[in-house]
Amino acid sequence: MLTMIGKRLLFAIPSLIGVVIVTFLLTRALPGDPAAYFAGPAATKEAVDQIRKKLGFDKPLIEQFVRYTGDLAHGDLGTSLTTGQPVAAELRNRLPASAELTLLGLVVSIVIAIPLGVLAATRPGSWIDHLCRVTTTAGVSLPVFFTGLVLVYLFYFRLGWAPAPLGRLDVFYSAPPTVTGFYLIDTLIARDFEAFRSALSQLILPAVTLAIFSLAPIARMTRASMLAVLASDFVRTARASGLSPGKVIVTYAFRNAMLPVITTLSMVFSFLLGANVLVEKVFAWPGIGSYAVEALIASDFAPVQGFVLTMAVMYVLLNLLIDILYGVIDPRVRLEG
Amino acid sequence: MKRRDFLKSVSGLAAGAVAPTAPAIWSPAKADARSETLLIVSEGGPNNLDIHGVGTNVPGYEVSWNCYDRLISHEMKSGPGGVPYYDRDKFKPELAEDFNIGDMSVTFKLRKNAKFHDGTPVTAKDVKWSLDRAVSVGGFPTFQMSAGSLTKPEQFVVVDDHTVRVDFLRKDKLTIPDLAVIVPCVVNSELVKKNASEKDPWGLEFTKQQTAGSGAYKVTKWTAGTEVVMERNDDWVSGPMPKIKRVIWRMVPQAGNRRALLERGDADISYELPFKDFQEMKTNGKLNVVSLPFSNGIQYIGMNVTKPPFDNPRVRQAMAYAMPYQKIMDAVLFGLANPMFGAAKDRPTEVAWPQPTKYFTDMEKAKALLAEAGYANGFETTISFDLNFAGVNEPLCVLVQESLAQLGIKTTINKVPGANWRTELTKKEMPLFTNVFSGWLDYPEYFFYWCYHGNNSIFNTMSYKSPEMDKLIDGARIAAANGDTAAYDADVKGFVDLAFADIPRIPLYQPFVNVAMQKNISGYQYWFHRRLDYRAMAKG
Repeated sequence: MLTMIGKRLLFAIPSLIGVVIVTFLLTRALPGDPAAYFAGPAATKEAVDQIRKKLGFDKPLIEQFVRYTGDLAHGDLGTSLTTGQPVAAELRNRLPASAELTLLGLVVSIVIAIPLGVLAATRPGSWIDHLCRVTTTAGVSLPVFFTGLVLVYLFYFRLGWAPAPLGRLDVFYSAPPTVTGFYLIDTLIARDFEAFRSALSQLILPAVTLAIFSLAPIARMTRASMLAVLASDFVRTARASGLSPGKVIVTYAFRNAMLPVITTLSMVFSFLLGANVLVEKVFAWPGIGSYAVEALIASDFAPVQGFVLTMAVMYVLLNLLIDILYGVIDPRVRLEG
Repeated sequence: MKRRDFLKSVSGLAAGAVAPTAPAIWSPAKADARSETLLIVSEGGPNNLDIHGVGTNVPGYEVSWNCYDRLISHEMKSGPGGVPYYDRDKFKPELAEDFNIGDMSVTFKLRKNAKFHDGTPVTAKDVKWSLDRAVSVGGFPTFQMSAGSLTKPEQFVVVDDHTVRVDFLRKDKLTIPDLAVIVPCVVNSELVKKNASEKDPWGLEFTKQQTAGSGAYKVTKWTAGTEVVMERNDDWVSGPMPKIKRVIWRMVPQAGNRRALLERGDADISYELPFKDFQEMKTNGKLNVVSLPFSNGIQYIGMNVTKPPFDNPRVRQAMAYAMPYQKIMDAVLFGLANPMFGAAKDRPTEVAWPQPTKYFTDMEKAKALLAEAGYANGFETTISFDLNFAGVNEPLCVLVQESLAQLGIKTTINKVPGANWRTELTKKEMPLFTNVFSGWLDYPEYFFYWCYHGNNSIFNTMSYKSPEMDKLIDGARIAAANGDTAAYDADVKGFVDLAFADIPRIPLYQPFVNVAMQKNISGYQYWFHRRLDYRAMAKG
C-alpha cells in the first residue's frame, strides 16, 4: 500500500512541474499590465515604469521564472498585489473556508442524492423515479449563482429565516481561535455555542446551493449503476436464494454499484471547487475561489499561480484518495502501482 | 446570607452558565455594540492601509483618510440638496492648530497635545519625514504632490519641535489645496523607521499592514478582501470627538445582496450599487439616498484626433450632434447625473468647470456635417470601454452604436478588461472610447492641464495638441498663481470655448456619487475623494 502511494506521488511530480510552467506562462500571456493597473488612475508613464521596476516586471521572462521557482522552493508563493498579503498565508487562511463549504455541500448532496438514486433504481417508472429525474434536471440546469441569489432573496430578504449573507460569521461574532480552520469544529473546541450556531446558520444557504447543483450527477450515477447491478446475475441469484430485499439491495447491489459513484463523487468534488467561485461571490464567502477570481481580474499573477498550484496538488491528492478507496470497496481493482 | 438570596444567586450562576447554549437572541452587550458600530458594505476593500504604498487602491484611501491626520483640511459648506459638501476655498487646521501663508512659504504650528496611536507625541520631525516620504516614494503619491509643486524634501523645514515650514518651489495656487488631499498624511516616523529595512527605507511594508498615524480611527483588524475593523482613537485631538465607536467594513461582492442587506436593515451604509437600484431605493423612501455630482468630473466620448476620420473637426462635430444624450441620461443613468449638453445658444461661457456644451442630438445637422467632411456614406470604427464600469459603459456604448448607425457609421464595441484598460489608454490607439476623468483638485485649469494640454499626459486620451490651447492653459495657471483674476477668467473662458469648438472629446454628463444609508445615519459629507468620512457620522 505504502509503495503504491509513494509511486503515485512520484508520478505526480512531472504534472506539478508542468502546472508550474504553464501557469507561469499563461499568467504572463494575459492581456493587461499589472504595473499600469496598480499605478492607479492618476499615474504618469514614469510612475508606471517605477512600479514595474519595483514589482520586477521589467526583467526578462526567464529571469522572472527562475526567481519564481526559487521562491517556490522556499514555500514562498509571492505576494498578492490586490490584497497586499503573502499568497501562501492567504491560501492557508482561505482554504478552510472553501473546504468547509464544499464538504458540507457535498455531504448534504450525498445524503439526498444517494437514497434518491437507490430508490429511483429499485422502483423505475414510479413517482420517486420521476421526482429524481425532475430534481436532477432542475439542479443541473440552474446556474449556481442564480440558485444562490434566489435562495438569498427568499430565505433572507423575503422570509428573514436565514442570516445576512455576510460570510462565515455574523458581523458581531469574533472568529474562534484557529485549530482546524473549520468554524464548525473550532467553535465547538472553543465551547462557543453561540458562534457555532452563527457559523452553522451562515453555512446553510451556500451549502444548499452547492448541494442542489451537485445532486444531479450523483443521483443519476447512483440510479444508473444500481439499475445495471440489479439486473445482474448475482443479484438474481441472491434473490432466488430468498435473501430479504433490504439485504440484497444494501449489501449486494449497493456495494457493487459504489465504484462509479465514487468516481463521480471525485469529479463532483472538483466541480464544486469550481462552482464555489460563484457561490462565494454571492455569499461574500472568504474562500479561495473568490480570491482567485479577483486576482485574475486585476492581472495579479502571484495569487493566480498559487491558486492553480494548490488546486493541482489537491487534485493529485484527491485522485490518490479515490484510488485507495477503490481498493477498499472492491478488492478486485486493488492497484499494483 | 438569607436562604432566598442564596437561591437567587445560585440560579443566577446557573443561568449564566447555561446562557451560551440558549438561543442566540442578541445579548444586551451585542445590542449596544450594534448601536455604536457603523456597518459598511461595499464591493471592494483596501489592498494597502497606507496611501504611500505601491499601488494602493481607492478603498485604501478611505482608510488613510480616517486613520491619519493631515496638517490642514477643508471646511464644509452646504452642497446640493443641503448635504454638507467640502469647501474648495476654505481650509481649517487639522493637526496644525494654526497656519500662516506667506508669499513664498507657509508655516504650520502643530497641536502640542497631539499623539500617535501608540502614545508618542506628534512632532515637527514626524511631519517633515512624512512629507519627505510622500515626495520620495515614487508612484502615485509623488505624482500627486508634484501637482501642487511639492517635489523636493528641501521644501519641508523643521523650525522647532512644533513648527514646520513648507517652502514654495514656485508660486502655485494648487500648493495649499494639495496639502489638504489624502497623500500628505502624517506618519509616526519613529515607529515606522524602527520597522523599515535597507531595501524598504520608508517602511512601506510595515504601514501596508497597520496604521501608524494620529487619526481619529485606527485599524484593529484587517482581513484583506473580507473586512476591515476600525476603532475610534479616544485620544484624538485634531477635531471634535467622533460619535461612531467602531466601524466594520465588509466586502460584499454581489450588488443585489448589498441592497438586500440595506433594505433589511442589517447594513448601515453602502455605495457602488447600480443606478437602477439607487433610483428605486430613492423612490421607495425606506432609506436615505444621497446623490451628489463628482466635483471636477466628466464622463465623455473621446476621439483619437491623430488618425482619420477623427482628425477632421467636422467629423468630430458631427459626432457631437449624433450622441443620444437624453437617452443615455434616462436609460443608463436613470436621471442620476448632471447633463453636460444642450446649453442654450445664447448662454455665455462661464469661468467654471464642468459646464454644458451647446451640442444636442440633431441627426440632420450631423448628416450635413459628415457629408461636408466627405463621409456622406459613413465609415467603420470601434468604440472601446472599460469593463470594470460595464454597468454604465456597456448600455452607453450600445446607445451610441445605435445612434451612429443612422449616419451610416458602423461601430464595433470593444470591451476592455479592467486590468488592460490603463494599458490601452497609454497606447493612445483606440479611435473612439468612453471614459471618466475627475480631479481631486477642483480647478478648471487642473482638469485641462491633464486632459487637453499638448504635453500629452495619459489623460489627454485623444492625443489632442493645439498650441493655442496650451497657451491658454499655461496662461490660466500663471494668472491663478499671481492672483490676476481678469487674465485668469479670460483664459479659462478661452480654453473652454476652444475645447467645445474643436471638440476632441464630447462631454456627456457629470456623474453622481450615490450613497445609500439607513434613516438613522446622519453626518454624511461629500469629499473630493468621494469616500466616507466616519468622523462626522452618527447613528441613532
